[in-house]
Amino acid sequence: MAEFLSSIIPNVMDKPEQLWQAFVETIQMVGIGGVISLLLGIPFGVLLFTTKPGGILENRPVHFILGKICDVFRSIPFILLAILLIGLSRLILGTGIGVKGAVIPLLCATIPYLGRQVEGALAEVPDGLVEAALAMGCSPWEIIWRIYLKEAIPGIARGVTITLISLINFTAVAGAVGAGGLGNFAISYGSNRRQTDIAVVVVIIIVIMVSIIQAIGSTVAKKATH
Amino acid sequence: MFMIRLDHVSKTFGGEDTGVHAVRDVTLHIAPGEIFGIIGYSGAGKSTLVRCINLLEKPTAGTVTVDGQELTRMPGRELRTVRRKIGMIFQQFNLMPSRTVAENVAFPLKGSGLSKEATAAKVKELLELVGLPDKAGSYPSQLSGGQKQRVAIARALASGPKVLLCDEATSALDPQTTQSILRLIKDINQKTGITVVIITHEMAVVKEVCHRVAVMDSGLVVEEGSVYDVFSNPQQPVTRSFIATTSNLGKIEQLIAAGDPMVELEPGQIIARLNYGQGNVGEATISQVSRKFEVDVSILYSNVEILGSQPLGGLVARLSGEQVSQAVEYLSQQNVVVEVLKRG
Ligand SMILES: Nc1ncnc2c1ncn2[C@@H]1O[C@H](COP(=O)(O)OP(=O)(O)OP(=O)(O)O)[C@@H](O)[C@H]1O
Ligand SMILES: [Mg+2]
Repeated sequence: MAEFLSSIIPNVMDKPEQLWQAFVETIQMVGIGGVISLLLGIPFGVLLFTTKPGGILENRPVHFILGKICDVFRSIPFILLAILLIGLSRLILGTGIGVKGAVIPLLCATIPYLGRQVEGALAEVPDGLVEAALAMGCSPWEIIWRIYLKEAIPGIARGVTITLISLINFTAVAGAVGAGGLGNFAISYGSNRRQTDIAVVVVIIIVIMVSIIQAIGSTVAKKATH
Repeated sequence: MFMIRLDHVSKTFGGEDTGVHAVRDVTLHIAPGEIFGIIGYSGAGKSTLVRCINLLEKPTAGTVTVDGQELTRMPGRELRTVRRKIGMIFQQFNLMPSRTVAENVAFPLKGSGLSKEATAAKVKELLELVGLPDKAGSYPSQLSGGQKQRVAIARALASGPKVLLCDEATSALDPQTTQSILRLIKDINQKTGITVVIITHEMAVVKEVCHRVAVMDSGLVVEEGSVYDVFSNPQQPVTRSFIATTSNLGKIEQLIAAGDPMVELEPGQIIARLNYGQGNVGEATISQVSRKFEVDVSILYSNVEILGSQPLGGLVARLSGEQVSQAVEYLSQQNVVVEVLKRG
C-alpha cells in the first residue's frame, strides 16, 4: 500500500508530518475563525437587519455605519485585506504571521460576509409573524430571539455554511502570505517546486472538508424546515 | 363603562399635508361583551383603525382607552403588558411555521409564570375549545386555512384577553369555513363575554355575528348603529352599496339599462322596488294591496331575511292595474319604502 502510494504521490509520502502539520493549522484557522465568526457575525447581521428603517430596533445612524463597514470589508479582495491587516494583527496579537496572525484578517472578511447572509435570512421571515408577536406583547429582544432567530434557522444555517466554505478558501489565501496551513503547503511545494501531486492531494482534502461542512449545513437547514 | 373607547383618533402616514390620512377623527365606544363590526372598502382605513386599538399603529391624534387604561399615554413596557389582554387574529393567520400547533398556542404563555404542566393543560383546553384537540403535534403547514385560523384563535385567547381583534380573519377562507369560524367566535363571545372587534369588507360577516356595526369610508366612520338599524335604514351611499352586495334587488337596474324583454311594460304598469321597514310583515301587505286596489303584483326579485328576529329585505315587482298610484301611496303609508324604477 505504502509502496503504491509512494509511486503515485511520491512528494506527499516524503513529508507526511508536514502535511499533517499544515492540515492541523488549517483546522485551527477554520475552527477558531469559524467559532468567532459565528459569535460575532450573527449578532452583527441581526443588528444590521433590525436597525434598518422600519425595523424593530430602527436606528438610522447605526444601520448606516454597520452597512458601510460591511461594504468596505466585503469589497476588498482577501489577499489585499490579509496584507493590509498584518500591521493591525501585530498590534493586537503581537504577530502578523502564522495561524495567530491570520485570525484577524480572516475575521474581518467573514464577519461582514456572514452578517449580510444573516440579514438576508432574517428578511425572509414574514412581517406578519413580527406583527403577531408585537400584538402579543413581545419586546424587541423577544422578537429577535423567539421569532427572527427561530424562524430563520434554515436560512442562517445556509449562510453559516457558505461562510465557512469561504473561510476555508480564505485560509488557503492567507497561507500565501505566511499563515501556514494547507494553502501554504500547496503553494510552496505544489506550485513553487512543481510537486503537482501535493497540490492535488491538498485539493482533495479541501474538497472533503467543504463537502462535510455542506452536508452538515444542509441537514440542519432541512431539519429546521417544517 | 366601555371596554374600548376611541376618542377623536386620527392616523396620518407621512407629513401632515402630503401624507395619507388613513383614519380621521374617529370616535367609537364599544361595550364589554359586544361584537362590533367595522366594514368598509379596501383602503378605507379599517386595518389602521383596528391597529390603533392595540397601538400597533400609534395614532397621530386622539386617545385610545381599553378597559379603563389609556394606552396612548403609556410607555412601551406597560403597553406590552396591556397588549397581553388584547388578542388579535389576522387574515394570513400568522402562525409560526417552525413551531407545532401546541407550541404556537403556548407562545404567549412564556414568562407568565405557568409551570410546564399548567401550560400543557392550558394548551389542551384551548385546542379543545377551538375543536382541534388532535392537532397539537402538527405543524401549521399541515393544516387547512380554517384549522390555521382556529389555532390562531386559540393562541390569541391563551393569555386570557378581554378583547379580541379580528382583522379580515375570514377573508382568506371559503364561505363554509367562514361560517364555522364566525360561529366559533360567537360561541367564545357567549361563553367568556369577551369583547370582539371584527374588521371585514363582507356584509355577510357583519350580518352573521355583529351586534353593532360602523361603516368606514376614506378614513371616516360615516355611519354607526345596531346591525338591524343600519341594514333597515341605511343613511349613506357606501352603506347602501354594501347592502346591495348581499341582496339581488340591485340587479333590476342592470336589466332596465340593458332593455331586457323581462322589463318591458304596457301603459299603466310600473316596476317598483319595495323595501320593508321596521316591523313590517311584507308579504301580507302585498296581498292586501293587491286585493284592495285590484292590482296585479308579479314579483321579479325577492330578498327577505330575518335579522335579530325581525324580517328585513324587500322585493322588486311589476304592478299593473287601474289604481297603481293609489297602491303605491298606500304602501308608503304602511312603512314600505317604494322606489318606482320604470313606468310604462
Ligand atoms: N404603513 C403605512 N404607510 C403608509 N400608508 C399606509 C400604511 N398603512 C396603510 N396606509 C394607507 O392607509 C390607507 C388605509 O389603509 P388600511 O390598510 O387601513 O385600509 P383597509 O381598510 O384595511 O384596507 P383593506 O381592506 O385593503 O385591508 C391606505 O390608503 C393605505 O395605503
Ligand atoms: Mg386591511
